[in-house]
Amino acid sequence: MQDAMADDDLDAYAAAGTRLLGIAVAPDWQPAIRAHLRVALTLGGLVAGFDLPDEAEPGPVFTA
Amino acid sequence: MRSDPWASAAAIARAVAAGRVSAGDVVEAALATIARRNPALNAFTDVTAARARGRAGAVDAALMAGVAPGPLAGVPFAVKNLFDVAGLPTRAGSRINRERPPATADATLVARLEAAGAILVGALNMGEYAYDFTGENVHDGASRNPHDLARMTGGSSGGSGGAVAGGLVPLALGSDTNGSIRVPASFCGLFGLKPTYGRLSRVGSFPFVASLDHLGPLARTTEDLALAYDAMAGTDPADPVCQDRPAVPALPGLGQSVEGLRIAVAGGYFRRGAAPEALAAVRACAEALGAYDEVELPEAARARAAAYVITASEGAALHLDRLRARPQDFDPAVRDRLIAGALIPAALVTRAQKFRRWYAERIADLFGRIDVLLAPATPCTAPLIGQQTFVLDGQDVPLRPNIGIFTQPISFVGLPVVTVPVALPGSLPIGVQLIAAPWQETVALRVAAALERAGVARAPRPNMED
Repeated sequence: MQDAMADDDLDAYAAAGTRLLGIAVAPDWQPAIRAHLRVALTLGGLVAGFDLPDEAEPGPVFTA
Repeated sequence: MRSDPWASAAAIARAVAAGRVSAGDVVEAALATIARRNPALNAFTDVTAARARGRAGAVDAALMAGVAPGPLAGVPFAVKNLFDVAGLPTRAGSRINRERPPATADATLVARLEAAGAILVGALNMGEYAYDFTGENVHDGASRNPHDLARMTGGSSGGSGGAVAGGLVPLALGSDTNGSIRVPASFCGLFGLKPTYGRLSRVGSFPFVASLDHLGPLARTTEDLALAYDAMAGTDPADPVCQDRPAVPALPGLGQSVEGLRIAVAGGYFRRGAAPEALAAVRACAEALGAYDEVELPEAARARAAAYVITASEGAALHLDRLRARPQDFDPAVRDRLIAGALIPAALVTRAQKFRRWYAERIADLFGRIDVLLAPATPCTAPLIGQQTFVLDGQDVPLRPNIGIFTQPISFVGLPVVTVPVALPGSLPIGVQLIAAPWQETVALRVAAALERAGVARAPRPNMED
């Protein structure tokens, strides 16, 4: 999201998040998870940085 | 005919209908070709020989009894192993899912092809859980490209690409969430159709990203794509995404002129990062069609980013229980991306879905001015199996996530696309996307047929030593 994402912040976020979600992560998976998380948050930031009106509807629309 | 592994589906169906060859002989020839070539290509994970022989017998018996043959009479086909095939566990490229009980019924599209006379001969290799652009698989081994066995087929419908390009079957089904039909079509030199989102039923296929998943055919000719598409189209109340719209048959219009169609080339984002071969292939198609206008898709990079975010998040939601219970049984390359996807804040995913509507409206505006848009299918020709990086826009970048940079902004809003193969002298084949407005599959197929008639688009025949 922000331009500079520190490795430590990503690792701490991933550690807390996976623990809360109940996913057991082996230590040697951590660098790849960090790299993918960095890409996902960077691309998510690119999307969130696009100005849309509050009234914008999401793509999928539920039909009752 | 009997021994020609390169016969088209249309040619086989005509020969079977005319009694020049039996469905039984066609199926035996296909099974023999699979037995010879599959060890090198690793396209098939299951060969349904007994079922195929039984089905061929039924087709031949019906013909003998004077029953009108279906449009795909006797045509062997195979499906990516995420399609349900009665009697097989639907493995979806994974180790985990192959422990499931066998499917009790065929996927809707398998049943529809067989109702048209086609004969299923097996299930095909794929990247694990379809989260893949390479065709590599740690459990079943990599699908190999018939044009160069050291190279990727592309994925995730890798076996579908290898099986059709290698002459094992004339027709295969794949799935495409972000490019998984179009990428192997490009790397293997095939025609591939990703229909409009919601056009074909997904019932009986293992999902990946519900809001982006499509199914469709790969073949060596446009006519075969159209035959398969026509046989599969139609609503399915069991799939809430499948639209209740009249399906216009594609086959009758394939020979129509493309004169009067407004055809343009995608510029900007779709030029940056494309290798010279990719740009040359687009140029060859554009020149043949007299397409001289260039248009830019607004915010294509952001569309690709949004597709990435939705894919990672929805994919993680699908697999969350398996990530908790058996993370060690995943392909590590898939598992680590899914775990990262599980950590994406929901706010970003919702923003991506809101952006999707904005982008879809801009694309609808664009298709008010044009009928067909040309764009590269992949940034390069097939990389080597195991290759980790490649040069994109002058920078060395990870290969896996970037193979789909040109396909993702298109499927993100569900547009129908025919990928056509262009075989440039001295180069591996590479695909060009013919992109049409929603529900206009027939227009994209018509343009593909015109390029094929002009000799610009063709599926090159690899040197397969039997």
